[in-house]
This record gives sequence, structure tokens and C-alpha cells, in this order.
Amino acid sequence: MIYRVICLFLIVVVNFILQTTVFQGLSFAGIVPNLMIILVSSFGFMRGKKEGMFLGFFCGLLIDIFFGFYLGAYALLFMYVGFINGMFQKHFYPDDLKLPLLMIGLSDLSQNLVIYFIGFLFRSRYSFLYYLRAIILPEFVYTMIIAIFLYPLFLWINQKMDKIQTRRATKFHV
Amino acid sequence: MKRIYSRNKKKRIPTKYTLLAMTLLCIVSIFASLILNISGGPLNGVAGYVFVPMQKGINSIGLWANEKTEIFRNLKDVIAENEQLKAQVDDLTNQLMVNKLEQYELDNYRELLELDEKYPSYDKVAANVIAKDSGNWFSVFTIDKGANDGIAPGMNVIAGSGLVGIVTDVGPNFSKIRTVINDSNKVSGMVTTTNDNLTVCGNLQTMNQESVITFQELRDTDNEVKIGDPVVTSYISDRYQQGILIGYINTIEENSNNLTKSGTITPVVDFEHIEEVLVIKEIKVVGDDSQIIQDTEE
Repeated sequence: MIYRVICLFLIVVVNFILQTTVFQGLSFAGIVPNLMIILVSSFGFMRGKKEGMFLGFFCGLLIDIFFGFYLGAYALLFMYVGFINGMFQKHFYPDDLKLPLLMIGLSDLSQNLVIYFIGFLFRSRYSFLYYLRAIILPEFVYTMIIAIFLYPLFLWINQKMDKIQTRRATKFHV
Repeated sequence: MKRIYSRNKKKRIPTKYTLLAMTLLCIVSIFASLILNISGGPLNGVAGYVFVPMQKGINSIGLWANEKTEIFRNLKDVIAENEQLKAQVDDLTNQLMVNKLEQYELDNYRELLELDEKYPSYDKVAANVIAKDSGNWFSVFTIDKGANDGIAPGMNVIAGSGLVGIVTDVGPNFSKIRTVINDSNKVSGMVTTTNDNLTVCGNLQTMNQESVITFQELRDTDNEVKIGDPVVTSYISDRYQQGILIGYINTIEENSNNLTKSGTITPVVDFEHIEEVLVIKEIKVVGDDSQIIQDTEE
């Protein structure tokens, strides 16, 4: 358990730092891919509701601490992303790439839609089509491209973690 | 076997209850920071010590690589620009001569009026940008100096000669800065040529499309404000020091009420490539209590 937590923590740290530094430099037309949503969505999908929820909460809290206006807003958003992705765990097969990518894409879209509605529409920024075209869709496309490479990596890490854990568990019993 | 399984299941709290509890926790926390204006506190400290050193390291590598690629990519542009700039230098030297004469005159007048201290030199601290907002909606970034270096929320941040934004939250070794181009940011400004007040509003859409931000509520009944006039922070602002350059007026439109005008401003700071900033280590003191209350509500 502790081993898993440490592993996940390291992944979150690397992911967060890459997103806020390196990928800011790799932005296309000012749009940065959303690595955090790939992380939360894929681990939620692979590990289930509970882990997805805690992972999402933790990732969101990080964003809140460094960039948010209200502590807990992103934590809430990411927690639900992790939880909802976790509800689809029963459809998780390691060979299938389509469904997880679809889940990541939908997570990214819905997260941005929520941010638009709460953060922009409520402040009477009505040109939804503009924001859709200029921010939501480009981010979706860029995130999907990154996810094609990142999801298999997360899958591999997840399998490695499982393997080490079962090895430890059997050792313990014998 | 069955019994053990069921007992185990009983002990465990279902995930949906945990979710509910954590949702409540988040909502309470959001309202607490909304109403009481509190920040992460100890969380800021822990997060700062874990992440800031790594972000600093990676960023310096990234900057180095970026610089190297930029050099090759831009050589051609630079040559062309150089030609252009040489011509501009001649122009400006001429202008400078005229200005020097005028400055001399102005100094004399100031001396007469004892206006030496119109723009007091603030105590400033230099800092590097270490990380930018993870999303694409809000223009927020963090710098590598925090409470340990004497930075506090409410301090103004400048780069070059222009206003970048304001410190909204600090950790021991980092601070969070909300820029003037942030969609939810508002600054009271003043047109230097006519001393008319206006409100500068950050705007994501206009910033993306034309690299400008908007202004509104400009009262200019004599139609004296022109395109290209500089806009600085106003003396009536309760959060920004007076007289920091924000940008130049780009377009002006008359509002339908025929009383006020709105339009766009080109910011002087290049927010895309911002790397180093200066934090003014002074918080604007407002004498009137009622104004301070107004500020926190905003």
C-alpha cells in the first residue's frame, strides 16, 4: 500500500513539473496539453473509483496551491474526474487503447466545459463558440496526441507496480 | 470464507461516502478561501519545498535549450530587424535630443515646485518565473521568491517598465502572481495625457486574438484621449502603486450611453516570454477603511 502511494506520488510530481515547466515551452499557439487529466483519467480507469478519487483530489490540490484562486476548486473537479473514470474500470482491458483514449478525451472536454461555465459564463463571457474553437478543442487535440504516447507508459507502470506488489505479497505469505 | 468476506466488506466505508465527505471538505475550503481570504497555509509550505527546487532546475535547463534553438531560428529575422532598428535609432536619437532639452526644462520646473518625489523609487526584489498555470484559461504563474524574501500578498509585480500583475498568495519560497491580462483581473488606470480614469480589464479572447486587453468606463467628454496614449495605474487604485505603466491605447469606442468609452490597450509587457520580474516590496496603503473592505469584496 505504502509502496503504491510512493510510486503514484512520484508519478504525480514528475507529471506536474513537466506540465508547468517543459510543456509550457512546447505549447502550440499558446495551448498547453493537459497532462494532469491524462494521469488522473488513466489511473482512475485502471485502478478504480477509490484510487482515482484520491489521485484526482491530490492532483487538483497541487494545482490549487500553485495556481488556483480558491483552495479546493480544482481538487473537487479532478476528484470527480478520477471517480467517474473509475466507474468504468470493469471495461478495462490492457490491450484496448480506444476506450481509455476516449475516456481521456471526454474527461478533458468536460473539465474544460465546467471551467468555462463556472469561470467564464458566470462573468458574462458569452462567446462560447470562440472559447470552444480557441481553447477547448485545441487543448483536446493536443492532449489526445500526448495521451497516445503517455497512456501506454502509464499502463506499463501500472502493470509493473502490480507485479512488484504481488511478488511482495507472495513473499510475505511464504 | 463467506463470513470473513462479508465482515470485511462491512468494515470498509463505501467509496461514495468518502467521495461525499471529500466533496463537502472541498466546498467548505472553497467558501473559506472565498469569504475569509485564507490561503493554503502549511500546505503552501510543504508543496513549496517539494516542488519549487525541481521546477527551478528543470526551468533553467529548458530556458537554456530554448535560448539555443531561438538563436538559430531567429538569426534571419534579427538581421532584417537590425536594419530597421538602425534607422529607428537615428530617429530616436534626434527625438532624444529634443526630449533632453525638455527634461532640462522640466527639472527646473520641478525644482521650483519641489516635486522631486513624484515617483519614489520603490524597494524591489528580482525573481524568476518558475512555472505557469497548468491549464489554458487563466494567466497565473509562480515565481521563486516567497515569504522568506519578504514578499506578501498585495505586492505589485513589474517587468521592465510595465505592470505584470499582483501577488495573490505566498508560500515560504514561492509566490503566486495573477497577471493583468488574466480574464478576471481589473485595474484602475489613468490616461497620462489627460488624467482621465478608466478600468483596465484582462480579457482572454482579445488577448488571444490581437494581443490586447480591454478597458472600460473612460470618461472623456472632451474627446481628448487619443490612440497611443499611455495608460498607467491610477492613484485611486487600492491595490496598485501609482504610476506604473500598463500599456498604450489601441482602439477607442464610444459606449451607447454616450457618457463613457471603452476600447483596447496593448500591454507593454511581453507576457508570452516573461522570465524575470521585479516585485515592489511595498503594499499600497489606503487611509480610508471603507475602501479596504471594498477591495476584499472585489
